[in-house]
Amino acid sequence: MKRTLPILAVLMVLLAAIAIANPHFLEPAGFLAFLKRAAPLVILAAGQYFVIVSGEFDLSVGSLVTAEVVIAARLIDGDGSATWPVIALLIVIGLLVGLVNGVVTTKLRVPSFIVTLGMLLILSGAVFLWTGGAPRGALSEGFRAFGRGGLGPVPWSVLILLAVGAAAIWLMRADFGKTLIATGDNERAAALSGVRVDRAKIIAFMLSGLAAAVAAILLGGFAGVSAQVGQGLEFSAITAVVLGGVVLGGGRGSVLAAMAGAFTLEALFTLLNLYGISGALEFTVQGVIIIAAVAAGAVHLPRMFTPRKGDAHAAS
Amino acid sequence: MPRHKATVAVFAVLVVAGCTTDKPTATTQPAAPTSSASRSAEGSGTGEQSKFFVQADFDAQLAMRAQAPQGPADKPWEQAIAPRMADTAKYKKDGPYHLCFSNAAVNNPWRQVGWKTMQAEVGLHKEITKFTTLDAEGKDDKQISDIAELQAKGCDALIVSPNTTATLTPAVTAACGKVPVIVFDRGVETDCPVTFIKPIGGYAFGADAAEFLVEKVPAGGKVLALRILPGVDVLETRWSAAKMTFDKSKVQVVGVEFTDGDAAKTKSIVSDYIQRYGKIDGVWMDAGATAVAAIEAFEDAGLPVPPINGEDQQDFLQKWKDANLTAVAPTYPTYQWRTPVIAALKILKGEEVPKAWNLPQPKVTSENLSTYLKPNMPPLHYALCGCETLPGFPEAWGGKKS
Amino acid sequence: MNTLSRARRPAPRSEARGGLAARLREPTQVVFLALLALIALGWVLVALDGGQFLTMESVVGIQQRSAALGIVAIGQTLAILAGSLDLSVAYLISLTSLVAAEIMAGRDGNVLPAVAAVLGVSALVGLVNGLVITRLRVHAFIATLGVALIIKGVVDHLYDGPAGKVPESFQLLGYSRIGPIPVSAVLWAGVAVVAWFLLSRTRLGYRVYAVGGNEEVARLSGIRTGRAIVLTHVLCSVCAGIAGLLLASRLGAGAPTVGTDGGYDLESIAAVVLGGTALAGGKGGVSGTVGGVLLLAVLDTIFNQLEVNSFVKDVVRGVVIVVAVAVYARRIKGRSV
Repeated sequence: MKRTLPILAVLMVLLAAIAIANPHFLEPAGFLAFLKRAAPLVILAAGQYFVIVSGEFDLSVGSLVTAEVVIAARLIDGDGSATWPVIALLIVIGLLVGLVNGVVTTKLRVPSFIVTLGMLLILSGAVFLWTGGAPRGALSEGFRAFGRGGLGPVPWSVLILLAVGAAAIWLMRADFGKTLIATGDNERAAALSGVRVDRAKIIAFMLSGLAAAVAAILLGGFAGVSAQVGQGLEFSAITAVVLGGVVLGGGRGSVLAAMAGAFTLEALFTLLNLYGISGALEFTVQGVIIIAAVAAGAVHLPRMFTPRKGDAHAAS
Repeated sequence: MPRHKATVAVFAVLVVAGCTTDKPTATTQPAAPTSSASRSAEGSGTGEQSKFFVQADFDAQLAMRAQAPQGPADKPWEQAIAPRMADTAKYKKDGPYHLCFSNAAVNNPWRQVGWKTMQAEVGLHKEITKFTTLDAEGKDDKQISDIAELQAKGCDALIVSPNTTATLTPAVTAACGKVPVIVFDRGVETDCPVTFIKPIGGYAFGADAAEFLVEKVPAGGKVLALRILPGVDVLETRWSAAKMTFDKSKVQVVGVEFTDGDAAKTKSIVSDYIQRYGKIDGVWMDAGATAVAAIEAFEDAGLPVPPINGEDQQDFLQKWKDANLTAVAPTYPTYQWRTPVIAALKILKGEEVPKAWNLPQPKVTSENLSTYLKPNMPPLHYALCGCETLPGFPEAWGGKKS
Repeated sequence: MNTLSRARRPAPRSEARGGLAARLREPTQVVFLALLALIALGWVLVALDGGQFLTMESVVGIQQRSAALGIVAIGQTLAILAGSLDLSVAYLISLTSLVAAEIMAGRDGNVLPAVAAVLGVSALVGLVNGLVITRLRVHAFIATLGVALIIKGVVDHLYDGPAGKVPESFQLLGYSRIGPIPVSAVLWAGVAVVAWFLLSRTRLGYRVYAVGGNEEVARLSGIRTGRAIVLTHVLCSVCAGIAGLLLASRLGAGAPTVGTDGGYDLESIAAVVLGGTALAGGKGGVSGTVGGVLLLAVLDTIFNQLEVNSFVKDVVRGVVIVVAVAVYARRIKGRSV
């Protein structure tokens, strides 16, 4: 929990700054709108967290999100009755992509960076091969509801976000979480002490695929069919997780902090927009902040928690 | 990180255009504005004129809108506005023909629709026995090698759709010496191609949309301008023409934002503006791909949709009809992909072709909406494909027989 | 960065630091065999399609198309061998193409200052990358991603389209050729030979392999690991700068998107691992990378000849990369057991 404090503090400062610039932000509607907008990235960050904490990467989530939305549009094709079967299928596809990523990484011993890079190319190529280059078909109103509608004033995406967040925290408190962290921290030691390392990693990848499927349902619902809905999300998700103080290389960091990292990133975008300083240089600001945040974590936290040899570039 | 490219891009353009923001302008490029008409527009909210703006082209395009095109009325892709014909007798040769095509990319729905239309057009002509295409995948460097490689394939004519204007010029110039070259969509900075085919152009597009808004939005009304991204010539011209129109009008442009062509971002931007200003009275867009997302932002906020422009994309036309919007759709017709093939055959048969082949550029209005809106086409189909009579329609374009 | 592929417990470290010759041979053989097989396959496929595969133009095309990626990939090889990686190369290429074209401004006399400026800028970026990784202890993935964003911000801030002008004399670099060999390929070969020499004939090379193999062990055996990592990043960025120069000469101008359009960041990493260099560092070499780049280029040429659409290309490329690395992993595992 202590690890979560720094990022929560940063998040609070950013939220306060937003509220000063835009008082509407403090009203329930304004805040809910922020949560709704952040939901897909936060969910992706939770998924990415499982993979990163187990010592791996998942670069395929962005193109998985695009693929899922395009698949949904083509299969539903405006037919409301197809909504639920297609949603079920999307979730299965997400899990399946994660399974393949996980199995190739663990059983064929290919670095996950390469596996998921390959998966990124394969997914984006295959889905457009199937639809002939551009998305076709249309999403049903029922499908759109998850990203557009809500239960009274509360958007569905916020409720889904809460459910996903709670499930992620619960998972990390359960045995699975301890297994995963042990795997990421020291794979060999974990394996020697009887942890089923490969299984833990495969499940982590499947959770990331599942998160991408959920994010795709929310994003597709929010704005409809688009060929570039998932573009760049993999880097945003990894950045968010790292911003939350989770260490690349695995073994350290909490899922709550990862999700807070995603909120922070989203708040940072909002803030830079609001203050109108959001020129092209916004990227530069973002780059500096990311490096600074990780550097601060690397310099201080390891000293506080684990006096390890200064092998920070390997980050474990 | 694409989500905030919009704001980034706004800023980039403002800065490059030497805008009067608080940022220093010392960083602007040496390239001076190419027009004398970049008059200051302080207060109108449209910023400085784009450095891509060329007054002569602007005037020419706006004039072309009123001119009647020559050629068969039912085949706008064979029509030309005020053509000055070029002699092609020296290219005359007997068939059968081998045509080559260096394509910039097929990476967006507009190019997808166009590419399918072109392939179908080629299929109509038995005298074309071979059609070789290389796809540059949006990479200038690859297109340069592609053009070089195609010259060695024994093409009788080379069609080029350049990825960017300036960087492809040397490659096209080199090819001109070997085969008749036909350029379409984006131009190159040389007049060595036998013909350059394009619809009237971006100024006409931007002005059509802006004039509609000026007419429909009450004086002092707040207009939001949404652009895809800066620095693309064919999009810059659209905005610079709209800017000219808005500057002369009484509407107030409250924001010029970049969407990256991303639906989610477009919707977020429009929602933010609705929240900030309470009411937006008109939306101008430089491309229609995300028009529906902009409309949904109003719907989700429980507000009536103000006058808006889109493009001839199926989802927008459908929404327009269903929600009975106050809208207009200027076009950049995909039927222009048919013309290069027709031009190539004319050239090889020694028939004269317009040196600058300006195709008509119709706009979709409430009156003619029903003639352009075809049922059962995919959401990102472009209505002005001129493909309804081609073999394989509608399935090859992703549609369903009704 | 050895955690990138922590799953694969590589062969014993002693082997990683063992004879250089042995290290350079193994996966390299595989990639060049695969290259030969691919050329043969391409020949058959294109012949069946009624075309000619290795014409003069396609041979020149293969080289032209692979020179820029090849040069970047050489630099990336150095970074990866040292256990790091560099995601900033694509934006750096855009930046340096602009620096080159702007300084040249169409005048022959400005070529040398422009080249010097490009090398200076890129070395500086590499220095920053290296120092952030070693001094601030930021994971290479995040450090170079952050630097990439910083460069992107600067480039987008200053430019919104092609700018500057490259004089005719400098365009010769991108266009002229000696028989079937373009000058750009000669440049690539030159960079490769220099990198090969550094890696196999100098102390620096030994250090790079040692650091990439096991940083702790390297440190304990008295190697200044930080310095080696910084140096590989400087060299990697300089390679990206050279690629930026080459692209500027091809395009006749600088372009703010030329690096990202080419996908040089991920594609160069793909080429390196395709060439048998372990992503975890310490194993592999320059010759494998050359093979990997050529493999991708030949694949592209076959696709071009057969007019395969770009979506199929992506799928095939993805499969090839994963399968290749899986095959290498098999071999290494087989030997170590």
